[in-house]
Amino acid sequence: MTAPISVEITVNGTVRRAFVEPRTTLVDFLRDHLALTGTHVGCEHGICGACSVLLDGAPVRACCLFAAQVDGMSVTTVEGLAPARGELSKLQDAFLESHALQCGYCTPGMLIACTDLLARNPQPSEEEIRDAIGGNLCRCTGYQQIVDAVKLASGQEEAAHG
Amino acid sequence: MKAAPFTFHRAESLDHALDLLARHGGDCKPIAGGQSLVPMMAMRLARPSVLVDINRLDALKARHDAPDHVTLGAITRQRDMEADVALRRSVPLIAEALRWVGHVQTRNRGTIGGSLVHADPSAELPLAAAVLDATLVLRSQNGGERRVPASEFFVAPMFTAANEAECLTAVEWPVWAGAGVSCAFEEVAIRHGDFAMASAACQIQLDPDGTCRRATIGLGGVAGTPLAFPDLAQRLIGRRITATLAQEAAEEAAARSEPGTDMHADAGYRRHLAVVLLRRALLRAASAATPALAA
Amino acid sequence: MAEFRYIGKRRRAVEHRRFVRGQGRYAADIQLPGLLHVAIVASPHASARILSVNADAALALPGVHAIITGDEMNRELEPMLPGVDAPAVTRFPLARGVVRYAGEWVVAVVAETRAFAEDAAELVEVEYEQTQHVVDPEAALLPEAPLVHPAHGSNIIWNRKFTWGPVEEDFAAAEHTLSYRVRWARSSTVPIETFVATCAWNDATEILDVWASIQMPKFPDQLARALRLAGNAVRVHYDVDVGGSYGVKRGLKHTVLVGWLARRLGRPVRFLEDRLENMRGGDMQGPDRIFEVAMAFGRDGVVRSMKMRAVDDVGAYSGRAPLQLGKPVGAIVGPYIINSVVYDAVSVMTNKTPQEAVRGFGQSPTNYAIETGMDKVARFLGMDRVEMRRRNLIPADRFPYLIPSGTSYDSGDYATVLDKALAAAGHDELLRQRDALRAEGKLAGIGVSTCLEPSGGNSSFEPLFNPKNTTTTWMDSCLVRVDLNGAVTAVMGTSTSGQAHETLVSTVVGEVLRREPDTIRVIHADSLNALPSNSPVGSRMAIMLGGAAAGAAKRIRAKMLAIAAHQFQAPEGALEWEDGDAVMRGDPSRQIAWSRLVEIAHREFHNLPEGMEPGLQEKFVWEVPTGGMIPTADGRVQMYPCHSFECHIVLASVDAETGKVALHRYVVGHDCGVMISPDVVHGMTYGGVAHGLGAALMEKFAFSPEGQLVSGSFMDYLLPSAQEVPSITIVDHCTPSPLTEFGQKGSGEAGYLGGPAAIASAINDALAPAGASIDALPMTPAAIWRALREATPAAPAREAAE
Repeated sequence: MTAPISVEITVNGTVRRAFVEPRTTLVDFLRDHLALTGTHVGCEHGICGACSVLLDGAPVRACCLFAAQVDGMSVTTVEGLAPARGELSKLQDAFLESHALQCGYCTPGMLIACTDLLARNPQPSEEEIRDAIGGNLCRCTGYQQIVDAVKLASGQEEAAHG
Repeated sequence: MKAAPFTFHRAESLDHALDLLARHGGDCKPIAGGQSLVPMMAMRLARPSVLVDINRLDALKARHDAPDHVTLGAITRQRDMEADVALRRSVPLIAEALRWVGHVQTRNRGTIGGSLVHADPSAELPLAAAVLDATLVLRSQNGGERRVPASEFFVAPMFTAANEAECLTAVEWPVWAGAGVSCAFEEVAIRHGDFAMASAACQIQLDPDGTCRRATIGLGGVAGTPLAFPDLAQRLIGRRITATLAQEAAEEAAARSEPGTDMHADAGYRRHLAVVLLRRALLRAASAATPALAA
Repeated sequence: MAEFRYIGKRRRAVEHRRFVRGQGRYAADIQLPGLLHVAIVASPHASARILSVNADAALALPGVHAIITGDEMNRELEPMLPGVDAPAVTRFPLARGVVRYAGEWVVAVVAETRAFAEDAAELVEVEYEQTQHVVDPEAALLPEAPLVHPAHGSNIIWNRKFTWGPVEEDFAAAEHTLSYRVRWARSSTVPIETFVATCAWNDATEILDVWASIQMPKFPDQLARALRLAGNAVRVHYDVDVGGSYGVKRGLKHTVLVGWLARRLGRPVRFLEDRLENMRGGDMQGPDRIFEVAMAFGRDGVVRSMKMRAVDDVGAYSGRAPLQLGKPVGAIVGPYIINSVVYDAVSVMTNKTPQEAVRGFGQSPTNYAIETGMDKVARFLGMDRVEMRRRNLIPADRFPYLIPSGTSYDSGDYATVLDKALAAAGHDELLRQRDALRAEGKLAGIGVSTCLEPSGGNSSFEPLFNPKNTTTTWMDSCLVRVDLNGAVTAVMGTSTSGQAHETLVSTVVGEVLRREPDTIRVIHADSLNALPSNSPVGSRMAIMLGGAAAGAAKRIRAKMLAIAAHQFQAPEGALEWEDGDAVMRGDPSRQIAWSRLVEIAHREFHNLPEGMEPGLQEKFVWEVPTGGMIPTADGRVQMYPCHSFECHIVLASVDAETGKVALHRYVVGHDCGVMISPDVVHGMTYGGVAHGLGAALMEKFAFSPEGQLVSGSFMDYLLPSAQEVPSITIVDHCTPSPLTEFGQKGSGEAGYLGGPAAIASAINDALAPAGASIDALPMTPAAIWRALREATPAAPAREAAE
């Protein structure tokens, strides 16, 4: 054990300060210190993407960086994607409409990856969508309805086929 | 999978980082992107007792364009290189290699320097550095700065010529001037974004008539380090890169490889892939350099 | 077909509303004050004696609360039982005396945080003496093989050779026979959430509260038994969301360990497997099979008889794994009119990680073995593989159809599904594309599979594989209540791992009561107030939970109609149910609204018919249709009640130089009867195809000769990503099941049951012009390259065609 160090991280728009062990990863910080359990842990070695969050607006794997490294930076988690309490982002709404999830475990990471994609590329092709979620493993959906949801959210598909 | 304990320092300056490295030696690791280091620490395969975060050091982000080379600061993010149109023109092999590297999330954090010092023999950026014989700029508190060519930098799997007190500060990538330059990067992995079972890269410059004026070739994933073959590349000079010539060069290169075996690919398959991929890379590059001459 | 208001309509899944907000509540999200964390010290050896354990240094670390060995814990536990009659194959959470696989749990470390527990685990010194091990299942069958469980006396934990019908006569009469061997590699479902168990013991109430990511029949009962607690001292909370399972989330040993620790330490305890623990010691690897098959057939392509020997490697301990050879008995002939079968099922133990239930419960490997044979027969006869299947498919007019092993297929129209899939795939165009690719010198192939998807989840393989086990009851239940304000709540008694049961139940109850499903609340009871359930196994919940929910809702409806009839002094049956109100037949002006009926039921005893219970709550416990039978002496039994069907058509190409496969077109024709929630069915089918693609092309738990797992992380165990899974087209067909409430069949294992067979078929079609074939999964680039290389004329001649 080593002495805790202080970190100050803006999470979903709110400044959060805490003392953490240096070895605390960002995802453990979010889950264990802030009780933001929407971000999930799947592999802790940078493959599955379940822990994806936006760091200063760009998606990263929160298992592959330490909270201490993020001091002074801004993090957006799935809990921060909706424009306001009680509302959903267009993408979240499209995930519901297109049945883009089942067990929901990879979903927060998928939403993060796709939120970033649509911010960069409002009209992505199917190939670009698959590339953007290539680092997010899902065992339920076969990805099809996730692709549909992103198309729907980007106005490229009137309604999902289900 | 929680890392062993360590103390954490946020480097305020390069000197600060170098001082920590000098004081703690092998127990101390610089961390930038951490895309390989953090998982290795989580598995406790790496267990530095001191971690120096160099992410805030602007000195390591500097970018210089010279006529014959581009210098990229060691913590330049892979994602930034990918999006860099000028770099795509001056050192196109970097973008070619990055097409195969990880995923958006890893490239957002991963740095050029991190990939090189991690020295995975199957990784893409080390192969690109080896093929172009990039120069790695290392600094330490006591030794000052030294410049190591890629051909000497990669020593063994996950092992480089950098000593424990040294920090990679920048990488100089040669720029090939003139017309007719093209490159290609080929690999086979079972999944996109994974480390390759084998990879091949080349950069060539062709005269308008298709004669090769300049060439460099290399292989990844088939030895303890990425391999470049300057002597074999030399033999391409003055000739047209035909399928036969590409095959010959690829076979000779592959013959010098020492591939290992794992659950996904045995040595024989890797060596075979090396031939196929290097031939394809050469032909693709040749075809791109001289579309009119391509068969 | 009945006109449905809500069934079969698109509807946003109820549970997704919390998941897209990050407000799911998974087992790892449960926070309890004073929670302690567990890390495991695992065996580094495949087989060894434990000589000593020294935990002094580990115990001295700050934050460490306990370090527990099997010697200390197991004497206070009952062993976990194997699914077959092998009492000497005992299994406890922690090893005692010996270890039988690398990764087996030896010591549990409990500390304030998981990180501290890992620090301490590193300091635990265990001294081992290595002993002989066996990794290969066929080697384990040899007389000289070291015994994994010497007390059992053999590495074979179960073996029976069934003969159904005149096999020898059929073989003798057949014009041709053909034999082959196929290898299904050890893979699994590998959910993205690992297994998590959190337990808290209360000294005053003497209740163990359990939050675990489970999908397991009779979990609370088995947990209580292992812990030597009364059943009512264990309360499993089914309201945790489970992050995927597809069969494997059993976690009994995890929960026994954590439950025991929580009780011993008087503190809540959590074990959250990390990915490395999950892969190596989580005991969730899947079937690992060698099939040797012979088919007897005529020039006409009709297969008359089949002999199948299946050797399945269950690893070092046995839970229900041997029974995964049992379920395929209920679809042993696939969708074909095969007249007679020999099935020699051998379940063998090796020094590898134990096997657990995987999506399809053993059926997908068997389907792959059967389909490989169908392709081989067609190729042998020079017959088109589709035409050959047409000649063998059970015709639509022969249902219900009794197969030789005693199961009756409820309904189906296989040829039509095949036709629909071919049409959707543009089969002729696919053939042209394939041939065009071939003309360019590329390897391209079309794959086809036509596979059974038994559903409804019955227990018949239990008595079949263990005569001492007389379990024939395999029920599910639902309770529906209407509160004083008229709102409807349905209570289900198991947890959900992505199957959208809240959506299912609210749709069904809404359908029966004609109430808007989104107004119906569905809750997951805990095990002390739940009605019995056998959990979502065997593609059963649409049938069983859907049926139970409908049954309970119908009782509510009947009761409300009876109240209305009493109000009008009319005979029962005089009123009908319209939009949630009771209306007099032929006189719609005389009706009683829902709200009024609720009021009478809850508040006006004087208006209730005599003898009627006040209030509005009704339960329905439903035995699986066709269930309740004991097998015959020759091993015939009705396995599952309902039989969905799937036909896959795939266009693949193979890079001849690298062996890399690309899938260009993927179509699934699917018939699971009436779909209650089409999005749910389609979603699971897409996911099943992707899972099947993984099993076919890249996923394998590989072991070194020393018995070390070499694919123990996500870097080497390769789950397909969106860049490997192609776009998939699903074509629906519906032959309603006569056995279920709405005509539904199961679909939870769809896609996976025919996917590997079809992908393998496509690859072999691609390789055929090169004279190559491959009969082992996963068909990795290296394996395909090797098959191609061995087929070149320079290499020794390949095994001649049969």
